[in-house]
Amino acid sequence: MLTKRIIPCLDIKNKVVTKGVKFQNNVELGDPVEMAARYYEEGCDELVFYDITASAERRPIDIDMVKEVANAVRIPFAVGGGIRSLEDMSRVLLAGAEKVSVNSLAVENPNIIAEGAKAFGNQCIVLGMDPLAVDDLEKYPSGYEITTRGFRNHTGMDALEWAKRAEGLGAGEIVVNSVDADGTRQGFELKLTKLIAENVGIPVVASGGAGSSAHLATVFNEAHADAAIIAGMIHTGDYTIPQIKQELIELGIPIRHTW
Amino acid sequence: MIAVIDYKAGNLTSVGLAFETLGIDVTITDSPELILNADKVIFPGVGAAGSAMKSLNELGLIDVIRTVVERETPFLGICLGTQIIFDTLEENGGVTGIGIIPGSVPRFQPSSKFDKVPQMGWNAVKQTSEHPIFTDIEDNSEFYFVHSYYPAPSDKSMIIGTTDYADITFASAITKGSLVATQFHPEKSGKVGLKLLQNFVNWNPKH
Repeated sequence: MLTKRIIPCLDIKNKVVTKGVKFQNNVELGDPVEMAARYYEEGCDELVFYDITASAERRPIDIDMVKEVANAVRIPFAVGGGIRSLEDMSRVLLAGAEKVSVNSLAVENPNIIAEGAKAFGNQCIVLGMDPLAVDDLEKYPSGYEITTRGFRNHTGMDALEWAKRAEGLGAGEIVVNSVDADGTRQGFELKLTKLIAENVGIPVVASGGAGSSAHLATVFNEAHADAAIIAGMIHTGDYTIPQIKQELIELGIPIRHTW
Repeated sequence: MIAVIDYKAGNLTSVGLAFETLGIDVTITDSPELILNADKVIFPGVGAAGSAMKSLNELGLIDVIRTVVERETPFLGICLGTQIIFDTLEENGGVTGIGIIPGSVPRFQPSSKFDKVPQMGWNAVKQTSEHPIFTDIEDNSEFYFVHSYYPAPSDKSMIIGTTDYADITFASAITKGSLVATQFHPEKSGKVGLKLLQNFVNWNPKH
């Protein structure tokens, strides 16, 4: 049976891992390569790195960091933030990343998904999305609007429509990162994650709001997420990865048990 | 010398880094001469079957691969490298493979909308036969998979490992003489995967 993936997320700002709440008030947590190596040793299934200021500062992603991570871990990892072209994707993948994550770039230029999928394979192209709950159900049938740049920019796009379109363009995976739940540690957004999981044929990763093993069990069982991103709950030391895995196994979730 | 066949089908960085972690020198190459003279050959691959066969043809590597397998050079196929040594592949409207392993490579047809295609992630490999590449690897250890099509060898005695996904049990590891081939990616499968690569390097099938 395919196991549910647990994916620590490292938000990088100026070569340091940071964590904020709803994308704001970030505090510094540590060295990305050291943290990646530790989570790898502890049995995480995959990792994701977002260079959270690269996009806003219009500078390329830190390739040396990608190479150092690739040297340190022998599991797949994705890199996002600051990817603006096929050349950027190529550099990140050749440095050893398994996947690249595009978010605001894909909103600005959806064809980058198709071009990336054609050049590197669908499995390399992850669509990250930052949906925000809205009331206007006529304009947004899913109840969620896609935002970019930390919900500062509203796109006018419905989240489910965007997910389906990205799948059609060749995305290999979709990360649903709830703006409302991000950093709250009060549990994942379930409604939209489930809606997307039911309506696309590619894996769906839940992101934002993880605060306990029970939250992960709920998003796997009720929203049918294939994977879940965790951050604050392990960065602060409140939980360890082996502890989360053990608790999920006890809750009957299929989890990788050897590493 | 261990040759890793580079036929421009996907990214070989992780294969190279996995052997670097093990402290084992490998030569990543598309040279027929180097591959024919290698002590062991690794045939990885990520991407589409059609374009992979096309570049193998252009590089003159199809007969080279047949020859090293016939000579019983220890050979490890990985993912697309495993699929492409079959007779026929369903991908891209049907592709003729190298034809070392009798059988086909069909697409997953899940009945549940929650069994996604590609299968992406960690799944258990049940060791259905003893084999040196499984030395000191716990049965049902999980390995990393990314694939939409799966190996279906006609001769079931070639199967050494199986995996369950999308309503079926498929051959995730096979062997034929000095050849082993896995659908999963040992180079991306953490310490268990590194162990399998080390086992392949240690394997001496002629003795």
